[in-house]
Amino acid sequence: MSTTAITLHLTVNGIAHTVEIEPHETLLELLRDRLGLTGPKKCCGEGECGACTVILNGKSVNSCIILAAETEGAQVTTIEGLSHDGQLAIIQEAFLDAGAVQCGFCTPGMIMEAHYLLSIHPSPSDEEIQTAMEGNLCRCTGYKAIREAINIAVKRGYQA
Amino acid sequence: MKSIGNSVPRSGGRERVSGKQRYVGDIKLAQMVHAKPVSINCAHARITGIDTSEAEKVSGVLAIITSENITQPIKRYGPTYADRPLLADNMVQYHGEPVALVVAETSHAAAVAASRVAISYEELKPILTVEEALDPHAELVQSPQLRKNHPLRNTNILDHWDFGWGDITQAQPDITITNTYRFNQLAHFAIEPYTYIADASADVITVYSPTQNPFRLQKSIADTFELPLSHVVIHAPDPGGAFGGKQHPKFEHICAYASQVVQRPVRIELTLEESFQAARRSAATITMTSGFTHDGILVSQDIETWYLAGAYADIAPRVASKGSYLAAGPYVVPHVRTSANVVLSHTVPSTAYRGFGNPQVAWAYESQMDAAAKALGLDAVEIRMKNLPKRGQEFIANDKPADGIWSQTLQKAADEIGWNKPLLPDHGRGIALGIKMGATSGASYAIVRLHMDGSATVFSGTSDMGQGARTIFTQVVSEELGVPFENIDMVMGDTEKVPYDLQTSASRSTVFMGTAIQRACDDIRAQLKKLASEAYKIEEQQISVESGTVHLSDGICKTYTELLKDRFGKLGGEVIGVGQMRSELVAGHPLGGQPAFYEFVCCAAEVAVDRNTGEIAVDKLYIISDVGKALNSQHVTMQDEGAAVMAVGHTLMEHYIYDEHGRIRNLGALDYRIPTIKDIPRDLRSYHIENHDGPGPYGAKGMSEGGTLSVSPAIASAVEQATGVRIRDLPLTPEKVWKALQEIEQ
Repeated sequence: MSTTAITLHLTVNGIAHTVEIEPHETLLELLRDRLGLTGPKKCCGEGECGACTVILNGKSVNSCIILAAETEGAQVTTIEGLSHDGQLAIIQEAFLDAGAVQCGFCTPGMIMEAHYLLSIHPSPSDEEIQTAMEGNLCRCTGYKAIREAINIAVKRGYQA
Repeated sequence: MKSIGNSVPRSGGRERVSGKQRYVGDIKLAQMVHAKPVSINCAHARITGIDTSEAEKVSGVLAIITSENITQPIKRYGPTYADRPLLADNMVQYHGEPVALVVAETSHAAAVAASRVAISYEELKPILTVEEALDPHAELVQSPQLRKNHPLRNTNILDHWDFGWGDITQAQPDITITNTYRFNQLAHFAIEPYTYIADASADVITVYSPTQNPFRLQKSIADTFELPLSHVVIHAPDPGGAFGGKQHPKFEHICAYASQVVQRPVRIELTLEESFQAARRSAATITMTSGFTHDGILVSQDIETWYLAGAYADIAPRVASKGSYLAAGPYVVPHVRTSANVVLSHTVPSTAYRGFGNPQVAWAYESQMDAAAKALGLDAVEIRMKNLPKRGQEFIANDKPADGIWSQTLQKAADEIGWNKPLLPDHGRGIALGIKMGATSGASYAIVRLHMDGSATVFSGTSDMGQGARTIFTQVVSEELGVPFENIDMVMGDTEKVPYDLQTSASRSTVFMGTAIQRACDDIRAQLKKLASEAYKIEEQQISVESGTVHLSDGICKTYTELLKDRFGKLGGEVIGVGQMRSELVAGHPLGGQPAFYEFVCCAAEVAVDRNTGEIAVDKLYIISDVGKALNSQHVTMQDEGAAVMAVGHTLMEHYIYDEHGRIRNLGALDYRIPTIKDIPRDLRSYHIENHDGPGPYGAKGMSEGGTLSVSPAIASAVEQATGVRIRDLPLTPEKVWKALQEIEQ
């Protein structure tokens, strides 16, 4: 580690970590490169596509434009933290059942954004879904199935 | 049928929703280092010097490979001919062409050092359009030496073809309609940017690439590095979206070269902006003179296509020829003359893109049908019905006849959208057909291993880039062998493991690989009969294998496991089935062979236009596809919806914007807009027509590109009905629509 290294404490998916990071590192780089959580993806690198979406202290963020150094003491949830004991969460099952997953590269971010939406709004209208999900790009599905997946998760009583 | 036709869940879906799916970018190799390409801020220049001294001072830098210190002459590669250099060869030919590559211990160090490589250059005037390329005084984009035997080597025309039939000079139409149509340059914008890892530190070169075509990449690397195929291994994890952008090599070669230099695995992860500069869709300018009788019967099509390729050929000639060949559309036309052309320019190399060269021509021929309908006072559905071939009727001279009841597709679209229902003010409806040739040749091999416990492992060279090939093939094996879906493992995308497949393109895989897998299952069934005959001393003819059960002559049934245990005993064993499908090249055919099938679709659209802003809201968008047989109905719908929304993007918003330096001004997600969830049609639907008349398993045809073909003309037609304005230059941005509205109002 270089002389500029920062010691950081944060909790990711319920596990406490102490890591040495560089000041320029993003939260996405910390998660992927240091903690090996490769669920969050890098696409645009400028907070426009949502592939890197994670939950930071209860809110969804684009982890590619958050500096890791800003996350001291934070609680982070990534796609890897949604399923427990190998059991997919309702929202994950709903994405599969609705046909909302093709290549899957946007899917982790998409699901985390949907999870966040349902955590603050357990029964959104289609319009509210579209407003909430606007920042997550998908090139495969045409989005309709993604909207349906969220509706399915609501119907099945997903508790985000 | 038990498995086929059902909407079984996506194979590999569980991994994708839980973050466990491993893409190339998720792979870490021991000792791996990172590379960053360096380019200059204009499209065309002569490099006069490269100063790496400041960059070398950055801690962690291992090597800086430049066009000056790379092995000379600089090696070139490419799917059409070897023209793309590992690094810019003295001249920069397009905005973003890599001039140097910095290799460092970390990606951060590589990026910092890359920003300190000082390249001096003399900027030259770039050729950015077809018109500029054809100017008799224009500089040649490529040296004639790169295509020594090509008759057009001393021009900027990359290739030219004359297609057609009948005799256009003898045609006697009652009316002719001439228009010119422009189709835009587009980014593939797969959410997974281009990412590569190469390890050339041993005798075998190993490349990790999100390629759609691992075997073509293997061959290209082997050619460049002069190695036997056995010494090049391509690991191709499922791509994170491809759409044609990952068909042909980009940075794999320089990545392998860099690995040779530093003797460690090298990783290159392009930014989204750099991905836009690595590949794009071919633009096209198409002029069409269409002749009709008073009754709306097509008499003639006189067509000139000009596809705008980039600085290197990539697969652009094939895109242009395959598109132009079908430029008269899916109609019976007695006289067709097509002058097809593709030109070089100082822009990003254009490559395959969902729909290949066909959305370009569909934009023209379907807009022409509307123009004719308007001129003749005919209905847009009626004029199309009149000119469609019947199933089995030839519509391209000496080529595969219509392979579907295409009128059903058109009628379904009209019925579903309520073609004749009254419209609200400023609303309009449009309908358009699209056609694309499936693969014209190809070779796919498959291996299916039936294990002692009755489970199966399937080896296939197809890439699952989101289209769901894993699922479809698993269904085929489950159907053929009666092995439960969940007991089948599908191994794909690894040249060390799977047998040869030409490529994943042209919506070929269901037909080609699906058939190869079916034949491998036939092979297994034949072997099972032989094994049962040996085990139970019964004549083979008396044994049958159905749905996971071996039926012996006397009404006794055995499971696979029982038979294999009885036959193989304690030593164990397995049954290995091999299957292949080949469609050979045909000498003399303009495209190298007739298509295995046609993708035929109809798009119906309903829009509302805001006259104050020029904004188009797509209220309804219906895609109807003739798929022969939907092996998985949900997957077919997923492909059609996704393709349709992709086409909404190129219809309404997407295009590369260049400045006079040839720089792309809208690189990246902020400035190049693709549809978001808010941009999708309010009512988006897909229907499929199934007559079991395809050449693939269970009567399937290939599908998945069709949805892109005719969205643009359908929407443009709807806009015309809503406003009276017909725009022939994509995309239909609010500015363009608003300006056109102002013009007609004045």
